[in-house]
Amino acid sequence: MENYLSLFETYNVPAAFWVNIQLSFWAAIWALVIGTVLALFRISPIPSLQWFGTAYVNIFRNTPLTIILAFGFLGLFSVMQISLAGELDDSLFRIAIVGLSLYHAAFVCEAIRSGVNTVPVGQAEAARAIGLGFLPAARLIILPQAFRGAIAPLGNVLIALIKNSTVAAAGSVAAESSSLMKTMIEFRSDLVIPIFLTFALGFVILVIPIGLLTTWASRKLAVAR
Amino acid sequence: MQKTRYAAAAVAAVAALTLSACGGGGDSAESGSGGEGGGESLRIGIKFDQPGLGYDEGGSYSGFDVDVAKYVANELGVTEDNIEFVEAPSANRENLLSNNQVDMIFATYSITDTRKETVAFAGPYFVAGQDLLVPTDSDITGPEDLEGKNLCSVTGSTSAQKIKDQYPGVQLVEQPGYAECVTAMGGGQIDAVTTDDIILAGLASQEANAGKFKVVGNTFSEEKYGVGLPQDSDRCEDINAAITKMIDDGAWEEAITRNTEGADYSFNKDLNPPTPEPCA
Repeated sequence: MENYLSLFETYNVPAAFWVNIQLSFWAAIWALVIGTVLALFRISPIPSLQWFGTAYVNIFRNTPLTIILAFGFLGLFSVMQISLAGELDDSLFRIAIVGLSLYHAAFVCEAIRSGVNTVPVGQAEAARAIGLGFLPAARLIILPQAFRGAIAPLGNVLIALIKNSTVAAAGSVAAESSSLMKTMIEFRSDLVIPIFLTFALGFVILVIPIGLLTTWASRKLAVAR
Repeated sequence: MQKTRYAAAAVAAVAALTLSACGGGGDSAESGSGGEGGGESLRIGIKFDQPGLGYDEGGSYSGFDVDVAKYVANELGVTEDNIEFVEAPSANRENLLSNNQVDMIFATYSITDTRKETVAFAGPYFVAGQDLLVPTDSDITGPEDLEGKNLCSVTGSTSAQKIKDQYPGVQLVEQPGYAECVTAMGGGQIDAVTTDDIILAGLASQEANAGKFKVVGNTFSEEKYGVGLPQDSDRCEDINAAITKMIDDGAWEEAITRNTEGADYSFNKDLNPPTPEPCA
């Protein structure tokens, strides 16, 4: 037991989880923005935008996240020499956020589209009937109802995003938790199982409140019909 | 009420089936591997992804670790056909040994005091040192020249930790493997790659990298590569004798030369060849 507690003096476990939280926070915001735009594309009446939205979702949803993030490091950073910040660490951190956002935007888009499906067609027809164009109808009538219907699936995307933030190790964000876990196992191989359990527990603590919150909110905010 | 009771019973039944299935699988796996353990065959853990040391070339294995493993096995009376090579990634080495999934490990396995608490070591059969791999035209001659430069190593490795502790001015990039580091260095964003000199030599001598990189040759640590054994193993003395024999008859040096060809590498002559430590 003392052995185990000494781990926390040598290794800053909360700081590593904090990196995952930061990655998830920024990636969630960007993914929500990109995903909403994509969802608009997919429900829009313009065929080329529909086509783009479908193509994006299919490409990013079907590409493993590890490959996207490894491409961020090997392709964007190493070969194309793209740098998103002066400091090396910040630059790699931001490239990882870009990768996480682009990937999860595809899932956000699908979650919102499923929310749109909960809105009765009559709502859209009524919006048209009072003279609203596509964008005002989407902004005022459809999306507000769609988001309320999409809370639970969006919560699932957020949970997946938090867990997937560990893949940022492939994009060289070595301060995050799965990298720290690797380091701890390398140096304290006598405590492999407790180390695993610590990190598993860390993610349970992060993820369970989100599950509870979104389930509660999706019940509370769903549009009663 | 009745319905929930049935549901609960069903859940319990499913859970029981699942659990018993797990137990059954574990048992049979153990007895299977136990059978192979004795007699004329050996299961040897090596790296599969380290060119020059332990490298999987589509079913056949090459590298210095592999050559020493074959020599030692031969001395123990096991022919090459009866060796089963098992992948032993760094993080799994202790577990593979303590669960008796392998009989011994030759996988750039540094002898350390923490590790001695869970596993036993024979050897060392090589003393490596942390060094730098740089592009051929680079003027970096040691870790002191790295201030403000970008250095790459593997996430969680001893080498990465040493840089963080001793050279805080260096910008360290951590990647899942050395191949990624070398690729990034080829692209020009990374100035140097660090780990043990012989691993770097193996990377540099790969066909794809031939002539592009050089090992600096200014080591700043001592890693004694040992043969990992389960703690209750009685093979330590025999393995040490085999290693000594390999060094004496020249096969040891030949193996190093063959596996680092084209990397312009020479091992540290002050520390090598090593004398195996007495078995505990």
